[in-house]
Formats: sequence, structure tokens, C-alpha cells
Amino acid sequence: MNFDLEKFKVHGEPLIYGAMISIALVSIGIVVGLTVFRKWGWLWREWLTTVDHKRIGVMYILAALLMLFRGGIDALMMRLQTAAPDMKFLDAQHYNEVFTTHGLIMILFMAMPFIIGLMNVVVPLQIGARDVAFPRLNAVSFWLFFFGAMLLNISFVIGGSPDAGWSAYFPLASLEFSPTVGNNYYSLALQISGIGTLMTGVNFIVTILKMRAPGMKLMRMPMFTWSVLITNVIIVFAFPVLTVALALMMFDRLFGSQFFTMANGGMDMLWANLFWVWGHPEVYIVILPAFGIYSEIIATFSKKNLYGYTSMVASMLIISLLSFIVWAHHFYTMGQGVLVNGFFSITTMAIAVPTGVKIFNWLFTLRKGRISFTTPMLYSLAFIPIFTIGGVTGVMLAMASADYMYHNTMFLVAHFHYVLIPGAVFAVIAGFHYWFPKVFGFRLNERIGKHAFWWIIISFNVAFFPLFILGLKGMTRRMYTYSAETGFGPLNMISFAGALGLAIGFVILVYNIYWSTRYMPRDENGDPWDARTLEWATHSPIPEYNFAVVPKVKSRDPFWAMKHDKQPLFEEPITKIHMPSNTGKPFVLGVVFFFLGFFLVFSMWIPAIVAGVGVLIVLAAMSFERDHGFYIPADKVIKTEKKLGGGTV
Amino acid sequence: MNKKGPLYAIFFSLFLLLPGCSSLTVLNPQGPAAKTLSDTIILSILVMLGVLAVVYILYTIMLVKYRAKKSNEGYIPPHEEGNIWLEATWIAIPIIIVAFLSVVTVKTTHAVENVPADYKDQKPLVIYASSSNWKWHFSYPEEGIETVNYVNFPVNRPVEFRLYSFGPISSFWIPQLAGQKYAMSDMTTYLNLVANTQGDFLGRNTNFSGKGYAQMEFTATSMSSDDYDKWVKDVKSTASQLTEDKFKSLLATAHVGRETFSSTHLTFSPPPAEHSEHMDMDHSNMDHSNMEMSTDEHTHQSN
Amino acid sequence: MKVDTSKPLEYGTHENSNRIFGFWVFLGAEIALFATLFTVFFVLVNRFADGPSGSELFEIGPVLIETFLLLTSSFTIGLAVHAMRHQYKRAMLVFFGITLLMGLGFLGIEITEFVTYVHEGATLQTSAFLSSLFVLLGTHGAHVTFGFLWGAAIMIQLMREGINPATANKSFIFSLYWHFLDVVWIFIFSFVYLKGLM
Repeated sequence: MNFDLEKFKVHGEPLIYGAMISIALVSIGIVVGLTVFRKWGWLWREWLTTVDHKRIGVMYILAALLMLFRGGIDALMMRLQTAAPDMKFLDAQHYNEVFTTHGLIMILFMAMPFIIGLMNVVVPLQIGARDVAFPRLNAVSFWLFFFGAMLLNISFVIGGSPDAGWSAYFPLASLEFSPTVGNNYYSLALQISGIGTLMTGVNFIVTILKMRAPGMKLMRMPMFTWSVLITNVIIVFAFPVLTVALALMMFDRLFGSQFFTMANGGMDMLWANLFWVWGHPEVYIVILPAFGIYSEIIATFSKKNLYGYTSMVASMLIISLLSFIVWAHHFYTMGQGVLVNGFFSITTMAIAVPTGVKIFNWLFTLRKGRISFTTPMLYSLAFIPIFTIGGVTGVMLAMASADYMYHNTMFLVAHFHYVLIPGAVFAVIAGFHYWFPKVFGFRLNERIGKHAFWWIIISFNVAFFPLFILGLKGMTRRMYTYSAETGFGPLNMISFAGALGLAIGFVILVYNIYWSTRYMPRDENGDPWDARTLEWATHSPIPEYNFAVVPKVKSRDPFWAMKHDKQPLFEEPITKIHMPSNTGKPFVLGVVFFFLGFFLVFSMWIPAIVAGVGVLIVLAAMSFERDHGFYIPADKVIKTEKKLGGGTV
Repeated sequence: MNKKGPLYAIFFSLFLLLPGCSSLTVLNPQGPAAKTLSDTIILSILVMLGVLAVVYILYTIMLVKYRAKKSNEGYIPPHEEGNIWLEATWIAIPIIIVAFLSVVTVKTTHAVENVPADYKDQKPLVIYASSSNWKWHFSYPEEGIETVNYVNFPVNRPVEFRLYSFGPISSFWIPQLAGQKYAMSDMTTYLNLVANTQGDFLGRNTNFSGKGYAQMEFTATSMSSDDYDKWVKDVKSTASQLTEDKFKSLLATAHVGRETFSSTHLTFSPPPAEHSEHMDMDHSNMDHSNMEMSTDEHTHQSN
Repeated sequence: MKVDTSKPLEYGTHENSNRIFGFWVFLGAEIALFATLFTVFFVLVNRFADGPSGSELFEIGPVLIETFLLLTSSFTIGLAVHAMRHQYKRAMLVFFGITLLMGLGFLGIEITEFVTYVHEGATLQTSAFLSSLFVLLGTHGAHVTFGFLWGAAIMIQLMREGINPATANKSFIFSLYWHFLDVVWIFIFSFVYLKGLM
């Protein structure tokens, strides 16, 4: 085999060497730590082989937090490079790699897994189930996502990162204009984690439709569960488009096919269409669950039921349908004429209507409530005014004619950060603070949490509001430098200051996890917020079987009804509980997929074929395995329930 | 709740900045197309400020009035399912706003896609603008001249840019004169504009196209009709011919300054829509003669 | 594990019934996948560049045999499921085996076709039309290949364990998959080959 070490190397830049060294040090640290504390067996038994939806959820969230810092450092580097005219911190190539990976990581490896993590933790509990429909498939989903993310991350130090933007438009992303392996990583890393996401989609649709506790009709489901159901339907129909797009990209780059090339009949705009047919629903895949999270939190801390439940559900359904017919608004400037642009303008603006319905329903949930300002509630309340700015600028951008002036400018960048940060990031932080005590049995400290909140909220506006004005001044996105005469300098400097503030906010947020783990009192009753839905009806931390007795649901907000209307929830006696057993195969499958992807990135065919056969062998092993799970005997369940205390059962 | 304080301050200071603020390039139009877009933007900002005001006022009322305080301890909030009339209101009003903005959008899009209304009687000056990594080539088919990284045209005369690319997709934008349009390797797109004032305007590629993208700027100069004719004559008599080899070497060079030639590349390297067998997916079944016709249609932008 | 005897064997347990429903959802995703591939094909179908067009390339003979094999195999897998429900293990295995052999025959012809195309100078690299053709047919072919391996694995399990809720469930899901591939092929046959030959 022709083995050329050169192509693995990434040159220059103390930054890259720094990254390499820190990755090596962290890896060595983890290995040494695990060995010294004899934790390898613990890691394998309790985490790597787990099929428990709560643990899988926690791993998703941990991975997402890691990726948040990776993507955040990318963001800081970008803002530093553009903080002043003619900065020399990054060169064009590195800047291009950094903004590409920033976009990819934040959307696909931060927002998505954070939300999927929360789904994993919360949804089975909210519907009164013992686990998801396919616990092992769930583990497969996680490990495919995880190793896909790792594959993309190693590109920074082995071979070079993708550098054609997160949208990877052709022909820029073709072999001709992007000769490094960066976009090979793009096509393969996203493919591997995308398959995982698709499996999540299937799994949660079945879970929500088939595993609900008796009496929980569709229109009694908590709003977060509704949002997750709709999101997963979008996943199932949108992700196959990405699968195809990435496959075609891989064929173009690795096997010389002519889909998006400039010669031989290839069509560059076909990529843009495919990408955004997936890409726009993707935005709603991260935002709809956020709407669900806010609905839960706002209702809980207003001490009221959610206002306009039916119209909340209907608006999400309409948004999900519309999300599939707006993709061309990402390229009004492609010259498709007034008719096409007009159509997509109208469909896009139409999304404002159901979104507005949701905003007003939240406002009217607050009305006549008794609002307490806890950390999760603060994020949810901050979401409303900030997201509304994102929303109204979205309507402005939706107007095709005006978009001829905003397209590709910082105005657009400001808009989508104003949508995605309050619409997804604040939501996952809010959800994180809200459900943290459920999973770990203690709350995060409120005082530190509020410090982090104010840093994040204020810095966010300082960082991104100036970009609206920069856009109107004609500054385009993705420019690694600009001259002093443009006059872009001062606003960019303000924005950089905001980015620093955001970084401080996130550091405080993480410090809070550490501090709270050490010092916060342990929660005794499993319901620290006086909440409404089923997940709070069990203990914190949650026993592996979730509910000792399957709850019987008779209304919306069944736990609230139990607490305040004395409606009984757990009526059956405790019996033995069936559980799925752990398995290491999903983890192994992830590892093998990682190697398959890596070898394909570097066109190392023989190892790739070996790894491909490896994938088939693992799948066959899974097919041949007969595992019927195990039972937890009733007396053991009773013992556990006694130990966890709490009076819910 | 002081978090809204800074928000308000920032937003309203922007609002005060808007009218007539010449440092906001996009809102400082120097031609009818850009003026239409600038007006559209300002109109949409005003409408959206109205929407924001409603949401912010309701939001403030809810938070001030219904927050938990000592005085309302023990208060048990009511159970509310919703209210059909209220919900109908906040469905109906947004629909009206969206409908209004849709009409504005379609009208203004139609306006800027065509030769500006007051200039329809003039024959537009056709200029082919093509991008390559990382420069702009301007070919004047009628005058038979070509420039790189700068473009001159007469003031108060419609100009029809025909855009295409020799590489990655780029987007052609002179913010003070018109909105932007993609230049692609697979098809030719069209952009109409008129400059109302004489002067230099910054133009650039807004669509990321690789390492040299940040520097991919050009100057668009509108000049009096006499100055323009004189410039063309000068170029014809003094500049050298653009040979195919010279053009190839230009394409291969990442960054060049301004260049001027007394012939165009259109003869040996014609633009895509008139040459390649397929223009876009809708027209892919047409034969060659239809192709020419559809190009003519585009020239007049009658859609 | 509770087995509900009022339902067909493959639906017997709660988990198995979920698996079947989940597979239907997955087939929804597969429909989206093939719909996208068809769209790509239709967009690029006239972009021959210097390569051959469909009518120059396609021959109806082998395609008809492929169609016959796949359609018949869809019927035989149906017979296998029927036999399964009556607990006829031998008959089920025979029909299952015939199905897989026909799948193998289909693959053999498809590969021969591909080799012929390449010999005629029509490769993945030649034109956008051919790229989309090879990837559309190839994706279907890869599905058939995977189906063959999967089906073989299920047959081994059937031979070892007989017809029980687990193997019945797997066989039934496999039959859904196989029918789906047949439906996709009907679309390929009509819109790629027949339309291309016109």
C-alpha cells in the first residue's frame, strides 16, 4: 500500500501544535486517571455498555458540553481575528477551517446531541415508560453520534479540517478547490453521526407512540414530549436527504463522480438544494424541542397549566410541515425569478404565524400566574424578548427583495444567532438546570447559576447586536480580515468583548456544576420545583427501572393532579420488573465505524474494506445474540424504593 | 427585571441611527434599485418594531404584575385552558401582517429584477461580470473591451450585468446600487441597476469562495456619458488585446490588481447559458435554439 | 416474556410488535432516501456530457430478467411468511432460500450489466447522468446485497432455533424490507429503464 505520511500532517501554526499537545495530554490524563483509580471496569460496566436511557442521555449531554467548548473556542478565535482591522492572529486558511468547524460542531455536535440527551433523559419518564422502545438501538445511536463527532474533531490535527463553510457549497467543496482531506472528513463524520440520529428518530417515534403509560392519550402528553415526537418525525424525513447529499459528496470527492462538478454535466446548485432541504428542517429539529422545554418550565414556575395547549400542538405541527417547503430562502439570490422567490417568501413568513401563537401562549401562561425567578425560568424568560428579535429579523430576511441586501452579510449572522442561541442554547441550559436535580438528586446552586445567566444574557446581546448594524454597513460574513477604511472595526471590537463575556458566563456555568456537586444538599422528595409532569413523580436520582409501578394517567399534568387534586397515580402493587441487559456491541460498532470513516477519509481502501466487513460482523453478532434481559424481583424493587425514601409510592 | 433595559436602549438607538445615516451603506442608496430595497427594509423595520412593541409591553406587564412576591403568597393561580377569541386574534393579526409584507415582497422583487421603471425606454448597457478565484472580470461585448477588478458605466443609464463564474459560486453585490445575485459556473444570471450619482462604489463578492475571498472586491464607477465614451475610446486605442493564453494565466493567478484589455474573453470562452447544453433544471429538455430564445427573454426580464 | 397468542406469532410480544412498527417508520425514512435519489436522477438525467444517454446504453433483456427475479422473489418471501404462520418450517426455509437465490441472481445480472456499461465507456466519472444512474442503481443493489446477507443470517437462525417469536419477528421484518426493495425496483424499472429506452 502506498503510505504517505505527509498527508496526515497539518503544518505551521503554534495553535495546531498546542491543540495536538493538549489533546495528547488530556488523553494520557484520562488513561492514567482511569488506571490509577481502577475505574476501567466501572467505565465499561456502568457507561460504555449501558442501555439505560438516562445514562445515555447523560453521555449525550457531556459530549455536547465538551463540543460546546470546542465550538466556543472556535468562536472566540473568529471574533478575536476580526476584532480589529488587519489582525494577524489567524491566516485565511485557518480562519476558514475555524468558522466551518464552528458551524458544524455547534449545530450537529452541540445543539443536536444536547437536545437528544435531554430527550433521552426526560421523554420516557414523562410518558411513564421504563425505557425507550429499543434500548440497544439507542446505545447504537449514541455511539455512532459520538464517534462521528470524534472523527470530525481529529481532523483539526490529522489531515486538516473542512474549510468550505458548514454548508460546503460546491464547487468550492470539490476536490478541485478544496484539495485537502477536510471535506472528506465532513462527508464521513456527518454521515456516521447522521445515521445515529436517524436511528434516534425511529426509536423515539415508536417510544412515544407505543410506550405511553395507560391513560396518557396523545392530547394528554406533556408539551416537551409532543415537541420531541414532531421533531423525530422531521428527523426521519429530513435526515435521509442529508444521507444522500453526503454520499454524493463522498462519491464526487473520493470516486470522481460528476454530481456537483463544473464539467461533464455536474450541477453545483443541486448540492445547495439538497443541503437546505435537509438544512432548514434541521433548524426546527433543534428549535422545536426547545419550545417544548420552555413550555414545561414556564408552566412549572408560573404555577399554572400551559395556556392554549391545543394551539401549541397545532402550531408545532404546522411549523414542521412548513419547514420542508422553505429551503430556497437560503438562496433567493440564485436567480430563480419572482415567482419562485415569491412563493418561498410567503411560506417562510407564514412560519411567523404559528411561532407568534406560541409566544403569545407563553405570555398568557404567565398571566395570572405566580412567577418565581429560578435559573431555568430566567433563561426561559430571557428567551422571549431575545428570540422575538430573532424572529422579526427572520421575517425581514424572508422578504426576497430585501434579502438581496442581507444575504451573506453579518445581518444574517446576527439573525441566526438571535434565533439559535435563545431558541436552542438557552433552552438546553434551562432544561439542564431544570432536570439536573431529577437525574443527580441535587440542584445546581441558584446564586452561581444566576451569575452565569446575567453574564450570558448581557454578553450575548453585546456580542451579536452589533452584527445587525455591521450587516447594514455592508460587512459580509466569513471574511477573515478587513481594512480600517471600511469602518467595521469598532463594532467588531464590541462584539469581541461580548464573546469574551459569553465565555466567562459559560465557565461560571460549568464551575457551578463542580461547586454544586460538592456542596449542594441532596434532594429528598424528587420534586424540587413543585412541577407538574410525570418525570417528577419518581425519585431523584431515578432508579434504573424509572417507576416501581406504571402510573395510570387520567389528565394532563398528572403529577400536579395527584399532588393537588388527590388523583391517585400509582395504584397497582409492585411486581417484578423486566429490564434489558447491557451490551458492549453498540460501542464496538461505533469504534469500527470510526475506523471505517477514517480509512475512507484517507482513501486507504484495504483497511476500509476490512473495517466495512467489521461493521457487518458486529451487526451479525447483534442479530445472532438472544438476550431476553432480566427481571428485578419485586422484593428488591420494594427495598430500593424504601432506600430512596420519598413518599411517592 | 432590568434585562430588558439594555435591549431597549440598543434597539432604539439603532432606530434613531437609521434614517439618513450614511454610514449604513445598505440604507444609503445611490440608484433606484437600491432605493427600492432600502425603502423596503425601513418599512419592514417599522412594522417589526410595532410587533416587538406589542410583545415587549405584554411581557413587561406579565412579569411585573404576576411575579411571586410577599403580598401574593398563598395565591393559587387558576387553571386556564385557553381562550378561543384571544387565540384567534393572535392568529389573525400576524396573518394580516404577513399578507401585507408578502404583497410588498412580490412587488419590490418584481421591481428590482427588472430595469428600473423610469429607465425602461433606454437600451441597457450589457456588461458580463464573471468571477474567478479571486477576481472579477468585466466584459463589454458591444464595446469590445474587458477590465479586471473595476467596472465603469455611465450614470443614469440602465446597466444589465450578466453574471457567471469560472470557479466557486460567488455573489455579485454593489450595495449602494442594487441587491446581489449569484454568479455560477452552470448558468448565467442577470442583474439590472442604474446609478443616479457619479462616483466610486465598492462592490464585492459576498459568497465565501476560499482563501482569497476577503480581498475579492472591485470598484464600480459611474461617470458622465461623455467621460464614459472617452474612457472606452482610450481603452480601445491604448490597452492590449486579451489573448486566450493571457486570459488563462489571469484565471490561474490568485490576486491581480486592475487590468484593462481592448478585447473580451467572450469569443473564446463564452458564458454558460449560451453555450452549455443545459441552463438549469427546468430548461434541461430544450434544444439549442430554444436556449437562445430563453436567453433573450432573460434580457428583458419580463417575469 | 409474555406472548399474546391472539396475534400472529411475529407480533406476539410487545417488543416484537414495536419492532415491526419501528421498521415501518424506518421504511418511511427509506422512502425519503430513494425519493431524494430519484430526484437527483431526474435533475441530472439529460446531462450526458460526452457520455452515452440511457437509450444508447440500456438493453431491455437483462432488465426484464432482473425484474422477473425480484418480483417473483417478493412473491416467494410472501409464501415463506405464510408458511411461517402455519409453522411449516421446511416450506418456510425452502421459500426463504428461493427468495435469497433469486436476489443473488438479480445481483449477478446487475453486476454484469454494470461491467458491460463500464466496458462501453460509461463509468461513474463520465457524466452527471451516469453518476446519478450508478448511484441510484447501486444504492438499490447495495440494499439487495445487505438483504441477502441479512436474510442468510435469519435463515441460519431459523435452522438452529425453528420458528419462535424472535425468528418469526425477524423473518416478517425481513419480508417487509424485501417487498420494499421490490417496490423501489418497480420505480427504477419504469422511470429509469423504460423511460430511458423511449
